[in-house]
Amino acid sequence: MARVDSVLDLIGNTPVVDISVLSPNPDARIFIKLEGGNPGGSVKDRIAKAMIEKAERDGELWPGRRILEPSSGNTGIGLALIARLRGHPITIVMPDNTTNERRQLLEMYGADVVLTPGNEGSNGAVRKAQQLADEHPEWAFLYQYGNEANPQAHYDATGPELLRDVPEITHFVTGLGTSGTLLGVGTYLRDHKPDVKIYAVEPPAGEKVEGLRSLDDGFIPPVFVKWGGADLLDGKRIVRPQESVEWTRRLASDCGIFAGVSTGSAVAGAIKVAERLPAGEHATIAVISPDGGWKYISTGIYTGDIEAAAAIAETVNTW
Amino acid sequence: MAVSVRLPTVLRPHAAGQTVVEADAGSVGDIIAGLVARFPGMSGHLLKESGELQRFVNIYVDDEDIRYLDKAATAVADGAELTILPAVAGGA
Repeated sequence: MARVDSVLDLIGNTPVVDISVLSPNPDARIFIKLEGGNPGGSVKDRIAKAMIEKAERDGELWPGRRILEPSSGNTGIGLALIARLRGHPITIVMPDNTTNERRQLLEMYGADVVLTPGNEGSNGAVRKAQQLADEHPEWAFLYQYGNEANPQAHYDATGPELLRDVPEITHFVTGLGTSGTLLGVGTYLRDHKPDVKIYAVEPPAGEKVEGLRSLDDGFIPPVFVKWGGADLLDGKRIVRPQESVEWTRRLASDCGIFAGVSTGSAVAGAIKVAERLPAGEHATIAVISPDGGWKYISTGIYTGDIEAAAAIAETVNTW
Repeated sequence: MAVSVRLPTVLRPHAAGQTVVEADAGSVGDIIAGLVARFPGMSGHLLKESGELQRFVNIYVDDEDIRYLDKAATAVADGAELTILPAVAGGA
């Protein structure tokens, strides 16, 4: 039924599309789960709803209590949307090199936005949020990087939806941010279809981060450690900005799918898996598209010279 | 032809500001040991006292994370690229 009581009932149950036309290997099919149709425009609506509901259930959040969260955009937008409806004020800490669209969406939903230097990457936003949390114990710090409601939301819903719609899945490829999607969907697949191979892709973000004095200042999401992320993975690779942009454009031109740049990275990862299959092995590869392309239009990466677009994708936080 | 080693911002001061340095082909472990011998300032950043890689260091050979290849024994051939990156928070 397409009629619902609240927009929050529209979170999840996203569609899967066959994009095998992009596959370099006739023995490998590729399917993509499109999360851009969630009300806040991304996969992060799922964890935003799960984290808020868990905090409400646990008595840590009530109408009027302020929510605090570091986010490069999508989690913040999902949280702000729900917070608005539930009566929570909200502060989002975001690197200043994200797109203007994300900032506008946050402000539209009434969030206070605190900006951190873009050259410190997400580490800078996390650090600032932790400092604000210490200064404001009266605020509710949900902390997606450490909150188990994040992977749990994907274990409870995203994973089962994917296996329901792609029961023949042999490989799962996903991007790494908080690692919540990987952990939740990956663990669900391990529990229910143990032979599925699980791969992660990530941008070479650490190359640019200038906020580190030493490699010891590095950051591994606490949920990644708690959920045994290292043991879950069969492989992990970097996808360079140009490759991400190329596959984001191929999705649009060959499949009509208008997606964000991190989707292009995930597809690039799936293509690599398809290319390297042993001869004669059949595969069904599934990838997650975290969001649509709307929030990245102002970057100009969808048209024009590919190298110029890749250079933009290196400086703008598109993850 | 040698192996190209891409350094993250935080290690460049120890290599006179270079972004990429060359190394001989070999295992990842050999290449890191050679790097530390040439640029001693990198030692504490890359290796624990036991000689193992630090926890927050990620190493990729041709963009594949060596943890899921053969770890320090992963072979790096002439013409390949070894990338050293700090573990950082992802966008979210």
